[in-house]
Amino acid sequence: MASLKPVLLTAILAAAQIGWAQAPAYGVGRTPTADEIKAWDIAIGPDGKELPPGKGTAKEGARLFLLKGCGGCHGATGIGGRAPALVKGGPPAVPGQAMPAGMEGMHMVPDTGIMALRSPYAATLWDYISRGMPLNREGTLKPDEVYAITAFLLYKNEVIKSEDEVMDQDTLRKLVMPNRKGYAEIPDWKRNTPRLANYP
Amino acid sequence: MDLKQRDLKQQDLKQQDLKQDSKSSNRRGFLKGGAALAGLAAGAVQSAKAQPPVAELRAKGTSKEQVAYGDRSKYETSVRKSVAERASPDAFGLVFHVNAPLQDFYGSISPSSLHYVATHRGAFVPDIDPKEHRVMIHGMVDRPLIFTMDDLKRLPFVTRQHFVECAGNRAKSTQTTVQETHGLTSNAEYTGVLLSTLLKECGVQKGASWIVAEGAEEVKGAGSIPLGKAMDDCLVAYGQNGEALRPQQGYPVRLMVPGFEGIFQIKYLRRIKVVDQFYMTYNDYGHITTDARAAALANQVGPKSVITFPSGGQKLPGPGYYEISGLAWSGQGAIKKVEVSTDGGKTWKDGELRTTPYRMAHTRFGFHWKWDGKACEILSRCTDELGTVQPSRAQVAKYWNEPLTKGFRAKGMDNTIMAWRIDAEGSIHNGLA
Repeated sequence: MASLKPVLLTAILAAAQIGWAQAPAYGVGRTPTADEIKAWDIAIGPDGKELPPGKGTAKEGARLFLLKGCGGCHGATGIGGRAPALVKGGPPAVPGQAMPAGMEGMHMVPDTGIMALRSPYAATLWDYISRGMPLNREGTLKPDEVYAITAFLLYKNEVIKSEDEVMDQDTLRKLVMPNRKGYAEIPDWKRNTPRLANYP
Repeated sequence: MDLKQRDLKQQDLKQQDLKQDSKSSNRRGFLKGGAALAGLAAGAVQSAKAQPPVAELRAKGTSKEQVAYGDRSKYETSVRKSVAERASPDAFGLVFHVNAPLQDFYGSISPSSLHYVATHRGAFVPDIDPKEHRVMIHGMVDRPLIFTMDDLKRLPFVTRQHFVECAGNRAKSTQTTVQETHGLTSNAEYTGVLLSTLLKECGVQKGASWIVAEGAEEVKGAGSIPLGKAMDDCLVAYGQNGEALRPQQGYPVRLMVPGFEGIFQIKYLRRIKVVDQFYMTYNDYGHITTDARAAALANQVGPKSVITFPSGGQKLPGPGYYEISGLAWSGQGAIKKVEVSTDGGKTWKDGELRTTPYRMAHTRFGFHWKWDGKACEILSRCTDELGTVQPSRAQVAKYWNEPLTKGFRAKGMDNTIMAWRIDAEGSIHNGLA
């Protein structure tokens, strides 16, 4: 009986937990299957815990960058296309160019819109490529391909040193990006509170 | 019988009455003569009565316009326009940002067809069959749930007016009209389920602090929203201005995050993941800044107003009475007061709120004014329910310790006071120019 005690305790705690949580009031909607959740759950948080299995190197990424058509919009070397430059050192983008959401003014400052340099987390870069690229075939890149293209952009911007370095779940989670401390967290929101104290 | 034929037939009947000739053989013969004859007959009536026949006064239209789905008058030509910075469709065929003609709006509601448009990256409007569409809530919840559109419509609904505004909605000295300076905001009446209703149905777990909301369009645009806001007044909306959401506004269902920047109001909503941190996903990435103050100002809109009549590009025909009219809104709550100055900001008088000031919604104001025909500058400023007053550009420049140049750019959402300069000829110009 002694060995059952922790199990019982857990059961009681679990029951209490259900009591604390909000109870369903309407019973509308159905429970998604694990596969349904997995298929849709493409958001990768900053810590990269949702990064899927897979791996790739910059060398493979360079090939895929052209093969998948990335170079068609961003320039064969990641510079000089109609879409935002992806590699540092090029001329500033021109006004009117497609820019990522919220970055429409970024063409004014060279290199500020380079994703591999601007992203505080490598997972952010991975998420962006995985969900938003390439144009018209968004979401079709396989995890290995996204890892390879991510590695390519990191290598070309000198965030990683070798084009043979393997990027995977572990390396991307651990990689300290140049802009890691270069962003301010969005403050928590409170009802009936001015958006910024002491702002006119 | 199409409408044209019916018009002709009715015209014909009128003609018969006028001639007091009711012989059926004549009438049949007339109908056989067709349109050319009818035209001649109509001309004859016109000269006889010195006014056009009823058929000519009637608006012409197809059964779609007159019966199935009404169109506006052909004399109403107000249209949206692409932002000057980037044409729509652009080089990639993507629609980017499109300004609403605020100068042509009455009251507080923006017509759905003229509601401003902005997209996550410059995206195609997806063609979504509502029967196939699903909204899934998962992550840190006790009971992940997936809802069909029919499921959502079974649940208790609310109907509320809210504005949406893009962070790019900032007046520049190079712009001419209010459509250009302020047209990246619009206001509509939305109907839907409170997000809190859905989240409670799923049971949010302890430790959760943010949600990630995601769209179903090709780039799956997604953004992070504080859980406190999600549980407070966010709306999973399927109705807009009394009908289904328009495709450009997120058909069949979108998230409304009242008072937050437009980019958070996820269109084509397909998924909400409850999480324990800011996720810095697709849409959030654009907001990265080193300054926490700028980040706070980018999240939410402050109290803001603009005069829409008289406004840039318009002309007053001469001195006399004109009612000044405009819009006021705040991301912090309802508008309490709007003041108007007609002397360049030296003195201010209270305007009148002409629509019910709802929380996080456009409110129409009016102000009685007699123009003396002299050059002047007109401005408006509003105060919201928290007592925050819309600031001037000078105040904001001073806060950031920056010189007030013509090109000064307020950080975050720009809610500074807008001025219109009226010259002695009655022409109205951008006060920032």
